[in-house]
Parts: sequence; C-alpha cells; structure tokens
Amino acid sequence: MKKNEARIKASEITPRELFYARRRFMQLAAGASAAALLPESVLAGDKLADVKTSAYTLPDKLTPMEDVTRYNNFYEFGTDKEDPAKNAGRLKTRPWTVTVEGEVNKPKVFDIDELLKLAPLEERIYRLRCVEAWSMVVPWVGFSLAELIKRVEPTGNARFVEFISLHDPEQMPGQKFSVLEWPYREGLRMDEAMHPLTLLAVGLYGEVLPNQNGAPVRVVIPWKYGFKSAKSIVRILFAEKQPVSSWTQSAPGEYGFYANVNPAVDHPRWSQAKERRIGEFLKRKTLPFNGYADQVAHLYTGMDLIKNF
Amino acid sequence: MTLKTLDASFVEGIKTGVFLLALAPLIKLGIGFYIDALGANPIEKITRTTGYWTLTFLLITLSITPVRRLLGWNWLIRLRRMLGLFAFFYGSLHFLTYLVLDQFFDWPAIVKDIVKRPYITVGFPSFILMIPLAITSTDRMISRLGGKRWRWLHRLVYLSAVGGVVHYWWLVKKDITNPATFALLLGILLGIRLIYRARGLIKVRLGPKTVSS
Ligand code: HEM
Repeated sequence: MKKNEARIKASEITPRELFYARRRFMQLAAGASAAALLPESVLAGDKLADVKTSAYTLPDKLTPMEDVTRYNNFYEFGTDKEDPAKNAGRLKTRPWTVTVEGEVNKPKVFDIDELLKLAPLEERIYRLRCVEAWSMVVPWVGFSLAELIKRVEPTGNARFVEFISLHDPEQMPGQKFSVLEWPYREGLRMDEAMHPLTLLAVGLYGEVLPNQNGAPVRVVIPWKYGFKSAKSIVRILFAEKQPVSSWTQSAPGEYGFYANVNPAVDHPRWSQAKERRIGEFLKRKTLPFNGYADQVAHLYTGMDLIKNF
Repeated sequence: MTLKTLDASFVEGIKTGVFLLALAPLIKLGIGFYIDALGANPIEKITRTTGYWTLTFLLITLSITPVRRLLGWNWLIRLRRMLGLFAFFYGSLHFLTYLVLDQFFDWPAIVKDIVKRPYITVGFPSFILMIPLAITSTDRMISRLGGKRWRWLHRLVYLSAVGGVVHYWWLVKKDITNPATFALLLGILLGIRLIYRARGLIKVRLGPKTVSS
C-alpha cells in the first residue's frame, strides 16, 4: 500500500515524463543489445523524428496520454480495458511487414521501416468515439492511407479494402480465447479508404505507437466507431466483394459494416445519443459522423443510414 | 465446540469479521477514488464494481441455506440477514451511481433506458424487488407478517438474482465468461433447492419411515 501511494504521488508531479523515463530505462536495461542492432528509434515511447503539424486539429482538450494508453479495447490482449496495457508487452513490432495485395497492379510487401518513410509524418488530432459510448481526443501521427493506396495502383475491380491484423496467440494472449474469430478483420469501401481523413497511424503523442494502441501500424477512421480502426495490421487486401468484419461476423445485428458514428441509430442494447468523454463528468451529445459530417457526409448521400448502420 | 456447534460469542465474532470484510469493496473503491486510481473511466469502474458486489452478495446470501443443510452449520443462518442487507446496500450504491454519476438525473434518458435497454429493463425491477425485502428484514416485521407470509415474500430474492444474472449477461459486449459463471453458480444454488423440495414431496408421499435420507 505504502509503495503504491508513493508511486502515485510521484506520478502526480510529472506523470508522463516519469512514466516514460521509467519505461525507457526498463527497455534499455532489458533490450540494450537488441536496441543497439536497430537502425532507428522504434520502441514505444521513442520520439518520432520530423513530424509535421497538420491542418487536422481540434479545439477540444486532448485526452491525457496516460488515459489513451491504459484504457483500450484490444481484445487480442484481453477483454478488460486495462488488459492491453498489461499484456501488450509481448508483442514484437520488429521485424514487421505489411503485405498489400489483391486487386492491385503493384502488390508489395512493405517493411515497417520503409512504410514509416513512405510519406511525411504529420500529427493529426482526432476525436475517437467508441461504440460503447465513450470518447477521447487523440493526437495521432501518420499519413493518409491514400498515400499507400496510390502506390500500389488498385485495379478497376478494387471496390473494397480489407485490413487483417496479426494472428499469433503467443504474442497476443487474448487470441487463445475465441471471443472473436481471429485474425481481426475490418474493411472500408474504396472511397472511404481514399478519403484524406483516413489515417495510417504509426505514432501517438509524437512518439512511436505504444503496443496497446495498435503498434506498429494501424488505421484510424475518425467518423466511424472505434472498432473499425484495425490495429497491428499485417495485410491489406483489395477486393471486389465487401469483406465481413470480425465484429459484424460475431453479432451482425449489432455491428454493421459502415458503423458510422450516428446518434440517431442506437445500438440494440444501449443508446448512442450521448457519450462520456474520458475525463469529463457530464455526458456530451454525440455528433453525426463524430463531428466530421462536413467532410464525409457526402460519401453516403442517398444511402439509408438506419439500414446501413 | 465443533464447527457445527459454535457458541454464541464466537458467532458474534464471525459476524463482525464478515461485516468488515463485506465493507472492503466499498473501502477499496473509496481509496481508489481518493488517490485517483480507478482508471481512465472511474464512473464505469464504480458502476461495475457495485453491480458485481450486488450480485455476489445475493449469491452468497442464497448459499447460506444449502451450505447450512449440507454441513449442518446451523449458526450460518445468523449471518444471512446481514449478507442480504449488504446485497441491498451495494444494489443501492449501484443504482445511485447510475442515477447521479452516470446519468446525472437525466430523467428522460433514464426512462428511455428502462423502457428500451433490455439490460436496464431487467436490472431496474431486480433492484426494486429488493426494497420490500430490506424493509421487512427486521425482527418486528417478521413477526408482524408471520413466518409463512414473510418466507413467501422473501422468495422474491430468487427473481432479483435471476434478473441480476440476465442483466449482466445482456450488458456485456462479447465476453460472457463472468455472467456465465454467475449463471452456473445461481443454477446450482437454485437446483439444490429444487432437489430438497422434490425430496420433501417424496417424503410426504412415502411416509417418513421409508426415507433413509
Ligand atoms: C436500477 C437498476 C439497475 C441499473 C440502472 C443498472 C445499471 C447498470 C449499468 C449501467 C451497468 C454498467 C454497464 C456497463 O458498464 O457497460 C451495470 C453493470 C452491472 N450490474 Fe447493474 N443495474 C441495475 C441493477 C442491478 C442489479 C439489481 C444487479 C444485481 C442483482 C446488478 C448487477 C450488475 C452487474 C453484475 C454488473 C456488471 C459488473 C461488471 O461488469 O463486472 N445491477 N448495471
């Protein structure tokens, strides 16, 4: 108890710095030799170099890094929100490759470090709205997924993109349980994937993406519920047919393919009209398309968004 | 003195110990709140912890009678009322957390929840049913009602417990391990009662002599 209290008090002074100083120290101690072999900074907690600011900012207050990194839905590491922070240490993010294939003229296996240099990294502050009616404001680092898509030249048949996450129960202990069908799969329509807001993220708060947030590479689609934003991606597949997402497969009546944030369409078991912003007491009203309606509503003109939930 | 026949002062001691233990989850929450160690979403943590202990105390209360019969520890009955009241206590905290911290008296939203959210539709009456049980838990109320009527009324606790499990089952997103565990335990506790009942009936029909028990 005493030990705990002392730790809490210390972290109150400079929570982030202290947390990361300690973590970096442990990483250095544990993996000094491994780290020496690596060409560049790739460990969670390391600063990413040359990150530009971008036009994608928000007036909203940022959710503190401690909260963004310890309250996660990432069932590969357990179903409690504290589980990913506890269990994600086993994930090895190097070496890592992302295979991009399917309906493309130039299929390619990208090494993660090559991917990091594909386009200039920029910081983008996005709202994140979970389907469970809570939300955060997160400064991601990455670039538009469109940058990657352009380079592999999708064919005329490519109408959808599927993201496939790592499947390795040794590194992802939650996969020893069949809560969802592994590997985790998510998908977007081509125009959604090409939309400039759709981010290929490799960092958070200016640093290499922590494992529990989807390291080493994930997508972030800010106008959709969080589960659409696949994490720890190893394969990106272009296809003519609409892919079936893991959550849709597990409960088709509750989690649709589109999953656009929509206060007017409730989850069958709870309301989506409001959300609790992490760190705030009173709930806020949820905005259509999570506040990105001006940018994305046109993608869905003429569509019945109640049917296509 | 054996475990079957504890003397009164010893039972009083056990009762005090159980009372303090039963407060532990609340104290832990209180400390967690004070030192800001309830995680990123403290309101959710409080709702879940109080809900969890409501159901846990209901099941502990329901296990008193079967355990007492199986082991012959008659003194256990002296803990039952207190444990039942702790279930109601945590249930009240759970409901108040929802009312004040989660919804902040947003009555239209609360009514909508009760009508439209199946897990609240079930949770709400499960809590309401506990109120008359708590009110009639005093010695005076027991004698005023008479044992038979009192026992009949207190069978409502089965509905609360079943409702609590269904409530839990319906609110989890995907991982039903916990609610399924509670369902299994409740099933065992209710099953034992059915077996005792069935045996009772057989006893009546066959007459006491033929029953070896
Ligand atoms: C007015 C009545 C009630 C309301 C409004 C209510 C509401 C809630 C809410 C909002 C949650 C959290 C859901 C979430 O975080 O996703 C919850 C969880 C829970 N409630 Fe209730 N509840 C009520 C009555 C009860 C009763 C009577 C019991 C037990 C007999 C109970 C047991 C639980 C349990 C076990 C949990 C889950 C705890 C966990 O996740 O570990 N609730 N309830």
